[in-house]
Order: sequence, then structure tokens, then C-alpha cells
Amino acid sequence: MSDTISINGTQHSLPDDPRRSLLDFVRQDLGLTGTKKGCDHGQCGACTVIVNGIRINSCLTLAVMHDGDEVTTIEGLGTPEAPSELQKAFVAHDGFQCGYCTPGQICSATAMLQEIANNWPSDASESLEGEMNVTGEEIRERMSGNLCRCGAYANIVAAIRDVAEESA
Amino acid sequence: MTVHFKQDKPEQSNRLDGMKQGVLGKGVSRLEGLAKVTGTAPYAAEYPVEGCAEGVLVTSTITRGEVVGLDKDAVLAMPGVLAVIDDSRLTTRPAQGTANEAPKQGPKTISYWGQPIALVVAETFEQARDAAKHLTVKYREEEGAPVDPQAVETEEKDGTVRQGDLAHAMAEAAHSVDVTFTTRGHASAAMEPHAAIAEWDGDKLTVHASLQMLNYNISELADALGVEEDDVRLISRFVGGGFGSKLGISEEVVAAAIAAKDLARPVRVVMSRQQVFQCIMRRSETTQRLRLAADEDGKLTGFGHHAVVSNLPGEVFAEPVLQSSHFLYSGENRELMLEVARIHRMTAGSVRAPGEAVGMPALEGAMDVLAEKVGIDPVELRLKNIPEQDPEEGLPFSSNKLAECLKQGAEAFGWDSGPRKPRQHQDGEWWVGTGMASAARAHSISEARAKVTLKSDGTALVETDMTDIGTGTYTILAQIAGEMLGLEPNKVLVELGDTRHPRGSGSGGSWGAASTGSAVYVACKAIREDLAARVGVEETALELSQGKTSAGKSLIDLLGGEDIAREGHYEPGDIKDDYTAAGFGAFFAQVRVNRYTGETRVDRMLGAFGFGRVLNHKTARSQCLGGITWSIGVALTEALEFDPRDGHLVNCDLAEYHVPVNRDVPELDVLMVEERDAAASPIQAKGIGELGMCGGAAAIANAIYNASGARIFDYPMTPDHVLKAMPD
Repeated sequence: MSDTISINGTQHSLPDDPRRSLLDFVRQDLGLTGTKKGCDHGQCGACTVIVNGIRINSCLTLAVMHDGDEVTTIEGLGTPEAPSELQKAFVAHDGFQCGYCTPGQICSATAMLQEIANNWPSDASESLEGEMNVTGEEIRERMSGNLCRCGAYANIVAAIRDVAEESA
Repeated sequence: MTVHFKQDKPEQSNRLDGMKQGVLGKGVSRLEGLAKVTGTAPYAAEYPVEGCAEGVLVTSTITRGEVVGLDKDAVLAMPGVLAVIDDSRLTTRPAQGTANEAPKQGPKTISYWGQPIALVVAETFEQARDAAKHLTVKYREEEGAPVDPQAVETEEKDGTVRQGDLAHAMAEAAHSVDVTFTTRGHASAAMEPHAAIAEWDGDKLTVHASLQMLNYNISELADALGVEEDDVRLISRFVGGGFGSKLGISEEVVAAAIAAKDLARPVRVVMSRQQVFQCIMRRSETTQRLRLAADEDGKLTGFGHHAVVSNLPGEVFAEPVLQSSHFLYSGENRELMLEVARIHRMTAGSVRAPGEAVGMPALEGAMDVLAEKVGIDPVELRLKNIPEQDPEEGLPFSSNKLAECLKQGAEAFGWDSGPRKPRQHQDGEWWVGTGMASAARAHSISEARAKVTLKSDGTALVETDMTDIGTGTYTILAQIAGEMLGLEPNKVLVELGDTRHPRGSGSGGSWGAASTGSAVYVACKAIREDLAARVGVEETALELSQGKTSAGKSLIDLLGGEDIAREGHYEPGDIKDDYTAAGFGAFFAQVRVNRYTGETRVDRMLGAFGFGRVLNHKTARSQCLGGITWSIGVALTEALEFDPRDGHLVNCDLAEYHVPVNRDVPELDVLMVEERDAAASPIQAKGIGELGMCGGAAAIANAIYNASGARIFDYPMTPDHVLKAMPD
């Protein structure tokens, strides 16, 4: 039986070594090094990818657990020739410095905006029900799983707001 | 052709302001931005190398002693394991910034818990990790290694200042403050863990690594391996944050190089996050006594700053806590002394803004206490005490914008200069208040080389082994060259982070932009001379913009199919001894303090800074935002915790060491005060990266007091400290 996983729309066989994390699988086996390893313990968010529409820390899950799953990494969101709106906004607002947390921030923000659109509440929401709004405080709360040591948070929030307001 | 320039006098010609391209200083987006946001910018561990083996470091679980046995055979029998390396050349500490020689070597001798002692290499990362975990190590432990900085004798560092009679000034003062602050250890915690891929081609070594200063790192690596520098090539095109932790060659680089040679195949070694915490650098904890004596009006008559820091035996580095205290404020009676306690905790070294990052929060906290005693506004107290010249050296300041920063910052923030009393504003269960502090960071500058080629097709190429660690080097060098040669920055290709290029300054001490930027400026000036001769005008009269002269002649025509290449070699000259040079600024913060839990939240913060010429408004602002964000960490959350029994770093990951997260950082304002510092560098720029965190924590601490009445002398001001200090 050949178990497969879809990464950015392409089917791949799962690795033989069950210890291989989804993160190491995309970085080492597939050469998709846009997804970053910052801590390998689910503490920094640099490895954020989108699995079946939901953002997760790819270091905290084993590749073999994702038979049949659809994974989107930063490479699947846009390219230098055709960047996504969020990728463009991060450049325009200087939402990064060293760039190492950036793919994770952008994958996270992409799925996060969908969570708000789906009216999922957060700690910053006024109510657990009803329509959720893209406020600065909502973005800060929902993006707090993605650390940025350069301290680009203020610009990250501005970039995400910009895109959310454009598409609103 | 190399053009040498040594700056011996202030650069008053203001050439850059007279250029016609008009791109320098503008908020140009990072030229490498799209590569970073699409994940296509390769960091050290990410170069595809055929047949690469994977190495994992093994670290010590004792504090001091010797390794007397490694059960290599058991581990070599494990699947995929290729080697256990315990070569005597393995380095056991990172090199300190600008060391230029190998750090301590010899993995058998252990001087701190967590020190690397071996490298296990296997076919895959999982195999190497498993084997490293299973390597049995026999130690001969040397008990009783001191790990508590409070419990050992201290050594006095050179540079003690005793001027006048501080004790007398304190006794006679109308108002005096004598307080002791403590700060805890900090970690750089750059997001990219230290990593290296080493590959040999015969005797030629190539290493992709994550390093800040290749110009020094190449010598450190060659020295550690016992090879010639010419046989070594280091590449660091993208560095995922440094903050001091990647100044010197680190352990995984040397280990990868040795393993790759032994195995005759490429080897990659990436440190785990825990290893980065435990065997790279810590910022020393500090204990600081501040003594301030003032007359009736608040004019300082005495200034005392005494600090105790720690490091391992044999380490020259001592957190330079007093760096800006020497010149920031007046006071004719002075006493400044730095002492080091020798203990067996991991290496203490540079973490963003070594010195002022912790010295300024203590000094500025003490100034707030003094302002209250004198009964004047804290902004006013600072304004009264800005010295006309360096109060110790008697030197003029190259340029000092502290007053402008204080005034413009206060106005932009909406600072209420009325009488200040704590606990004046309440919002539900929160006390709300404001605080301010000065910023200061001594200016550093260093020798640098860069080669600029104006290509026959009318584009330019800049080459140097300087790095961009997120600071914006790629973009600002393109802007400097673009301004000088009349080109848009996207017509300038900047190649960094490769020791095949001329030696830049490296990124550290906030000196990168001013130093390497000056080398690019020098090279471009020489190219302009060549062009001017072709046009038949003086260089000073040559006007270039959009690839053309003012007469409309294109660069392509002028070049006539030839390139013009010049290497700029900038050297700081005697001018360094003629002035005291520093960046200055002011922080203003509004915080809320929960009256029941003691939690502090920063509502808003503003920093006003004067750091000479702004090379790129956007990236400069980002540097300031980063500094202010670090100030929030220093003030409220960041503290290394060491086990009192064996000195090992306990909170060695990003879950337990609390760097600010997005929700900890409110909207921040940055104000850049116009300045051209003609004595600081030929391009009249100073450093930015560190100034933004030199004092900011005190603005928050002082705001906590203003909000809640809790006067705290220990950073970080966690809820337990705040609750304890809060009046009933």
C-alpha cells in the first residue's frame, strides 16, 4: 500500500522513517525549505503550514500521520514572480527583518484570516458567538503563536490589516 | 584598484545630500524581500548538498571536570551511524565578537554544564539524534564549581573612574539617590538556530553557516582547524537573526568541518533550540548600584555607577554596563566601576546592545527616583543634565541630539509635564500611567572593504563579505551606490555574505551600516572621479541621475563597453580619539497595571532617536521597532533561570524563556530626529540596531510606578514583583 500526501497540489509518498516530522519531511525530503525550523517543539511557529485548511506547527506532527492530507507550505501560497497579497503586503510594510519567521507568519496569517471569516472566536473577541472582526487586537492575539525576535510585530499587524481591509 | 580612505576629520562636505538620484534615506522596500516572504531565500542549513550526512552535538551533563570515556562502539552499532567525533580541535565555547582567533578548544575538559563534548554523525537526522541521546559518557567530576555570582570574589575591570569626591557630594547634596538595581540574564534567541554545512574539496573547505562577521569568523575557523585562511570559504547570505549570538564562530561550525574531513563527505550540523540556549551566549545578570547627587534644582553634582557582572574563568568579555554612563549626564564628582565574578555558568557574551541594554534601564530608573525627590518633571531633569562635553574625557560630542529627542518625543507622545504623582488614573481594575527614559548607545565604527563595479550595461554590482542579519544591509548598500552613481536601487546588485568578496565590517555593535556603507561610498567616489574625467568636469560637479549625466549623456555611452571597478577601503582614523560619539534618544510609554494580579500591559510606546543620517527610512524604523520590542521583553518578561546546584540554564527554550509575542507589543511610534554626524563616519551615519533598546525598559518601569505606585528595582517586572511592591 502506498501512502501519499499532497504538498502544494503534488502527490508524494510518505517517508519510511516514522520518526520524520512533517517539517523535516518537507525540508529534507522534498527540499521545500521555505518552512523553517526554529525550535522543533511547537513553541515558535516558524514551521507553520496549512493542513486541510487549518494552520499547524509542522514540527509537532509526524509525516506518516498525514496519509491523504492536503498540505500547503509557503511555496504553495506564492512565488517571487506571483506573490500572494499577504506576501506583497509583508514586503510593503516591512513585516520582517531577518525573514526566518516570515514564511510561518504568512502561512499562519493566511489561515488566521479564514478563521476570522469563519467566525471562530479568540481570547480578544468580545463574544464567543456572532460575527468576528479583523481588529488590531484580534490579529495580535491570533498571531501570538508566531514569534518574531527581530520585533516586526507592529509591521506584521499593519500588513495583515491592509490585506484584510482590501478584501473586506 | 583599491582606494583607501582614513577619516581624520569631520566630513563636512555633505556630498551625499548633494547627489541627484534622491534615493538615499527613502523608505525603499527590502530588495531581498520577495525571496524572504516566498521562502526562497536560503539560510545556512538549506543548501542542497549531495550526500550530506547529519551531525548532532552531544553536550555535557556535569559542570566541571573531564570526559574519561565515550562508549563509541555501542553508538556506532546503531542504524546509520557513521562516526563519533571527539577531536581535540572541537571548540567548546563560541568565539567572542571580533576575537579573530579560535575560542577554547578541547572537548574533554568541561567548564560548564551543556558544553559540547562530541559530535555524532549519521545518515539521517533522526538516526544522529537518537544515537547522540544514547552515547554513554564517563566523567571525572570536579566538585564545587562556583555557579553563584553573589558567592565569589570579584575582579575589577580596567577603566574605573574616580573623579572628585562622590561620597562628599552625596553627603552635601540637596537631593540624593542611592539605589541598587538587578537585571537577569538574557538570551539572543535568534529565530534561526545555529547551523553549518561543511564540505571539503581536497584541502579546500566551504562552509555555509549562520554568522554575523565573516571577516573575523574565517580567521577563527581557520585557527581552530589549523588550516590556512586561503583554504577556507564561509558563506552566510541570509542570517536568521543574530543579536550577538552569531558574532563569533560557534561550536557546530568547527564540528561540521572536522566531521566532513574525517568522513570525506559533506556534513550538516544544526543545533537544537536547547543547545542554542545552553552553549552559545548569555547576557550576564547584573547588580548595579546607582548614586546620584543633585543640587536644589536637580543639577547633578555627583554620579556613581557600580556594576557586578559574571563570566566563565578565562573569558575577557564583561558586560560593559557603564558604557554610556560615562558621558550621558553631567556631575563633576564621579565614580564608575565594573567588576566580574568568575563562575561556571555558560559563556557570557554579546546579546543585542551589550552594556546599555541593562545599564541604561538601571540608570534611567534611578533618574526617575531623583526627579521625584527634586520634584521636577523627569524630562526636565534630563534636559538640565545634558553635559556640554564628555564629563570624564573632556572631549566634545560629535553630535548629541538628546535634548531634541526629549523635546520632540514628549510633544509627539503628548507627555503631561505637570506634577507627577502615582495612581492618578484608573480604568476598571487597571491603574494607568506613563513613564519616560533617555536612550544612549556608544557609537562604534570599524575598518571595511567593499568592491563596486559600474558595469558597461549601466548597472552596478556591490561585493563584500558583510552580512545582512535582518538589518537591511542589502538595501542600504544599494541605496548608497545608487545615490552616488545615479541609479535606482534595483539597478544595483548587492552580493553579501561570502568570504570570496572583500572584507566588510561584519554585523555587530551597530557598526555595519556606517562602516561598510562608508567603504561603498569611498569606492563609488573613485568611480565618479573616473566618470568625471570622461565627461571633462570635476568630480564634485558631476551630476548623475537615472543612469545619465545632467547633460543627458547615458552611463552606458560613457562606459563605452567597459566596466569600472573600485575597491573602497575605509578605515576609522584619529577622529575616533577627538570626539565622544553616540546615538541618543528618548522613550515614552503608557502602561496599565492590574491592581489584583500585578500584570503589566504596555498600551503604547514612542521612541525618538538621533542616530545620524537615516539611510533607509523604512528599515531604520524597523530597527527601532525591534529595539523597542526588546525593551518590552527586558522590562517585563525576559530572564534566564540557572539551577543553583550546577549552574545549568533551566529555561532553555522558547516556551520557558519569554520573548515578547505579538500581543505583548502595542502600536509603536518612532520619530527619527534629523541629524548628520560628520565625525561619526564619512556617510554621517551612526548605528541604529541597538539604540532602540538602550533605556526603553526604564520608561516602562517608570510608568509602572506612575500607574500603580510600585517602585521596583529588579528587572523583569513580573506580576509577583509588582504585587509585592504595590502599596495597599
